[in-house]
Amino acid sequence: MDSIVFLILRQMRAPLLLLTTVYAIATLGLTLIPGMDDKGQVWFMDFFHAFYFVSFMGTTTGFGEIPYPFTDAQRMWALIFIYITVATWVYTIGTLIRLWQNETLQKALAEHRFQRQVRQISEPFFVVCGYGNTGSRLVKSLRKRLIRASVLDLKQDRIDALMLAEHPLFLPGLQADASTPRNLVLAGIMHPKCKSVVALTDDNAVNLHIAITVKVLNPELKVICRADSHEIEANMASFGTDAIIDPFDSFAKDLGLAVDYPYQYMLSDWFRNESGEPLAPVMQLPKGRWLLCGFGRFGRAIHRELLDAGMTVQVIEPNKALLNLPVNAVIGDGTEAVTLNQAGVGEAVGIIAGADDDSNNLSIIVTAKALNPDLFVIARQNQQANSRLFAHPRAELVMEVSDVLATKIRTLLTNPLVDDFLSLARAHDDSWAQNLTERIRKISPLGFPEVWECVIAADSAHAVSNALTKGTDVRVEHLTHDHHDRDVSLPVLALLHSNSQGAFCMPSGHASLAVNDRLLFAGSAASRAQMQWNLQNEVALGYILTGASLPQTWLGRWLQRSNS
Amino acid sequence: MNLEKVVFAFTIILALTLNFGFFTGDIGNAAHHNVYELYAAIFVNAIATILKFGDRTHMGAVLLAASLVADIQLVAAAGVWVFAVHVTDIGLTPATVASIVSLAGGAVIANTISVSLLVIETVMLRR
Repeated sequence: MDSIVFLILRQMRAPLLLLTTVYAIATLGLTLIPGMDDKGQVWFMDFFHAFYFVSFMGTTTGFGEIPYPFTDAQRMWALIFIYITVATWVYTIGTLIRLWQNETLQKALAEHRFQRQVRQISEPFFVVCGYGNTGSRLVKSLRKRLIRASVLDLKQDRIDALMLAEHPLFLPGLQADASTPRNLVLAGIMHPKCKSVVALTDDNAVNLHIAITVKVLNPELKVICRADSHEIEANMASFGTDAIIDPFDSFAKDLGLAVDYPYQYMLSDWFRNESGEPLAPVMQLPKGRWLLCGFGRFGRAIHRELLDAGMTVQVIEPNKALLNLPVNAVIGDGTEAVTLNQAGVGEAVGIIAGADDDSNNLSIIVTAKALNPDLFVIARQNQQANSRLFAHPRAELVMEVSDVLATKIRTLLTNPLVDDFLSLARAHDDSWAQNLTERIRKISPLGFPEVWECVIAADSAHAVSNALTKGTDVRVEHLTHDHHDRDVSLPVLALLHSNSQGAFCMPSGHASLAVNDRLLFAGSAASRAQMQWNLQNEVALGYILTGASLPQTWLGRWLQRSNS
Repeated sequence: MNLEKVVFAFTIILALTLNFGFFTGDIGNAAHHNVYELYAAIFVNAIATILKFGDRTHMGAVLLAASLVADIQLVAAAGVWVFAVHVTDIGLTPATVASIVSLAGGAVIANTISVSLLVIETVMLRR
């Protein structure tokens, strides 16, 4: 702020000097020029009246000649100075307006405002670098959960979009280069409430730089990065970036899973949903010969996974000079029937339109479907704006980069236990997963249930941690029963129990809790609220533990003691 | 030698000399204290203040502060004058003149500090 004041003062020096001088001369002149009073005697105006007259002459050119009508000499002087003072004012105000529009000043003001807004955040928040497709999606879903974030982006129009977005909560944003440490500090990476930094810019090198900066300045902070190449990933991992997300790899891995474990795939697909979203049916990938159009980063990742899953993959790629291109690859776009026929579209079970151009991908889908209507189609969508085109039910599965990234990061930020749960779930077979999906459908038939984490600690589970410190045995089942009637269990599923010994998938109701345990539940919003009672309210928990209501007052306790 | 430095030093010293010129004389005697001299002192002080705007050094900050003090003292003196002569009928009694002059005296101290700082800075710059 200091620098802004000094900038203004320095720029205003010349106009202020001029203004002072003009006023001084005009006032002095009026006191020196002889006037005439109402009795016709020579009269000299005093400084008080002269300054009064000059003040209103300069700004409004006058209330009249006071205290006596002017002589011609006085009028002459006033006439000259009316023009001079008005011109000086125009100059002064002009300078002030120009100064206000000055880019440096506006930038300094915006920075100052941003810094103040970030400093005032009093709840846990995230720093999001890059407000493109992915960043805006992520911020939107965080906002919906009333989680704060501060946003940095290189482009002013994106920051404007952030400010204009409809939302229940104000988020500070700044147009600035996120690779500069100073800007990251402004965004709050040293703020005690900052939880993690998400680097989602379009530039790999910038994401890398953000990760390094944060790890050097504040090693405690979690860093989540987007990476588009394996070298950058390795580099990021080398200095302890907490999560590196490659959208293509992540999608391809899930797809590989879907080949042999459709219900496992369905499970991980569900858990990327927001609560209330419809539950997708199981997706059965046909086995056999697949056509893969485009052998870029996406194509390569899919190629690897499908081969691992035992499929035959025929690559179609326009650039024959590409490194590592399979020898039997068909050269062409895949948008014409000739190339597709050459690749054997008739015998294929599915096609992946994986080019980095949306119109090509749409064209591939349409042509291929015309040649072989039974094809299973997977499409890569590059631009978020093209969603409507891909929403037409031509493709069985659409992969959109920003969607994959945003949902994955959202889960990491809001429910980190979900990832632990999913990786533990992979150890089980597919019928186990099928069983679990049926149980989820039973507790929440209309859409994906709410998933929440609960920590057994003094502030988030007051009653439970109190009971535990007193030595009472509290088990998972005590949390999942209704505090109105303890024989009724709430429609919730305990998905994960993480304690000092490790993490356990689908814990049994008899598992004992300890302080600092973390649990993951799925259920309706209402049962989540019900569970809060068991966690926080000693009477509710006491009833569930013993079946009796504990006296709440000192008098009640005393009476109970004397009765027994 | 540079012109900016000359103007700067000139204004600061002139502010002190004019101020002192008004201040010196019998404290209660209106004849010893000319209104034009007070006016000139206020004007030159205002100019000196504006010249000190925008200097971010520590010395610059103290210079600006001293100037602002002098401004307030002198404007208060002028205010007392206007109040006594125009707003009320008290007129320039010895008591009024004394309070005007003593306010101007305070401004002399502030201006002296300004000039001393200027001299100190100049001496320190000579190697």
